[in-house]
Amino acid sequence: MSLQLKDLYEGFRNPEVIKALALQIQKEAKTLPKKIRVMEVCGGHTHTIMKYGLNQLMPENIEFIHGPGCPVCVMPKERIDHAYTLAMQEDVILVTLGDMIKVPGSNGNLANARAKGADVRFVYSPMDTIKIAVENPSKKVIFFAIGFETTTPMTAALIDYVIKNGISNILFHINHVTVPAPMRELIHSHDEQVNSYDSQIDAFIGPAHVSVISGSKIYEEFPRDFHIPVVVSGFEPIDVMEALLMIVKQFNENRCELEIQYTRSVSYEGNVKAQELINTYMTLDGSFKWRGLGRIRESALKLKDEYKAYDAEVIYKAILPIDEIDDHKLCICGDIMRGIAKPNECTVFGTICKPSSPLGSCMVSSEGACSAYYKFGNLLSP
Amino acid sequence: MCLSIPSKITKIDPETNIATVDTMGVTRQASLDLIDQEVTIGDYVLIHIGFAMNKIDEEDALESLKVYGEIIEKMEEEDRRNAILEDDNCPNRA
Repeated sequence: MSLQLKDLYEGFRNPEVIKALALQIQKEAKTLPKKIRVMEVCGGHTHTIMKYGLNQLMPENIEFIHGPGCPVCVMPKERIDHAYTLAMQEDVILVTLGDMIKVPGSNGNLANARAKGADVRFVYSPMDTIKIAVENPSKKVIFFAIGFETTTPMTAALIDYVIKNGISNILFHINHVTVPAPMRELIHSHDEQVNSYDSQIDAFIGPAHVSVISGSKIYEEFPRDFHIPVVVSGFEPIDVMEALLMIVKQFNENRCELEIQYTRSVSYEGNVKAQELINTYMTLDGSFKWRGLGRIRESALKLKDEYKAYDAEVIYKAILPIDEIDDHKLCICGDIMRGIAKPNECTVFGTICKPSSPLGSCMVSSEGACSAYYKFGNLLSP
Repeated sequence: MCLSIPSKITKIDPETNIATVDTMGVTRQASLDLIDQEVTIGDYVLIHIGFAMNKIDEEDALESLKVYGEIIEKMEEEDRRNAILEDDNCPNRA
């Protein structure tokens, strides 16, 4: 049997270091003033926690809440339907990143659109769109842009190239979302079924790669305005354990701060050039609907008005569906992301809702909490 | 979970601002348009969907490359290539 990527990861599981960190966390946790619930915002962290059973190494007074996951997971059906509709146009080539292939919309996913004859191309880099546009001058090439802060500057770089080089047949459908907006929303959120609901989140683990671009500064408001500490962490199990230890120490020492665990690539300011490029072409949108969380104000980006000639949402407005589509009634992804429920408490988990036929956001991508529970369920504590 | 394998710059085309990088033996191209500091041949960078995101301190880069190297050494050529490319394309980073 040949080695796979997962074998590569195994090398970063140093059981001795993990165990040593677990002991340290358990020791520190004995003096915790209260039970703490730590939200890992990013699905990459959820994946690490479940894969290495880090949740089982936690003492009883530390609990993980699995956050909004990945940009693919939170993409609502409405936006997938846009991509599908655009792809079905005769003169359109729809270009997007590979992650989008299986995400279900109301009429199916983009792979289904392709099976029906639509020209959908999955690229490795946004810049690959240029070649497609040059080779197909009679077609409109629409780049369906997805991703958190980490991927946004690459789209901005493509826009910059298109405009500066006068390429007339590339358009953009922007779905870039931001990480702090849902964090803010989750702090304020209410469970509609339970009238009295307070925020369940005592601390956040922030994803390192977002901060490579945006800096750690994007989380500054959480300790300052909400009294919730944030530690920006890498994705290896040892990184996550170290981040947890940093959080526990903050509580024990009565501190509430923004700290960086992953200092190798993350700075306070981030990549200023990339930030400026984004700000040149894009602006925060009024509101964006997140699968599982609903509409969140200023949580996504769109092209600035002066670049509307490149905006597929403006140009194809007449044909793009506008109906709101509710999340599946049985799906409890919203509650999971709010920390009220765990995936295995969902009535459709693993039965109707599976990675091969996902109903909700947390099952859509391998980074979603439900998908991680499904895959690594044998590691679950009772 | 992403590995973040550092890539070493082996060539820079000043016309296009595109670098040729070596990621543990796999050669590929990456745009330097997003890099906000001076980079030169021999520097280490992190790559994400065709772009260099940031420069990494050489000492840190070598340290992680050593760990990755020990594991990758055991892999066959095709798997090695896939693993390295897949790392870069990891959706978690998006």
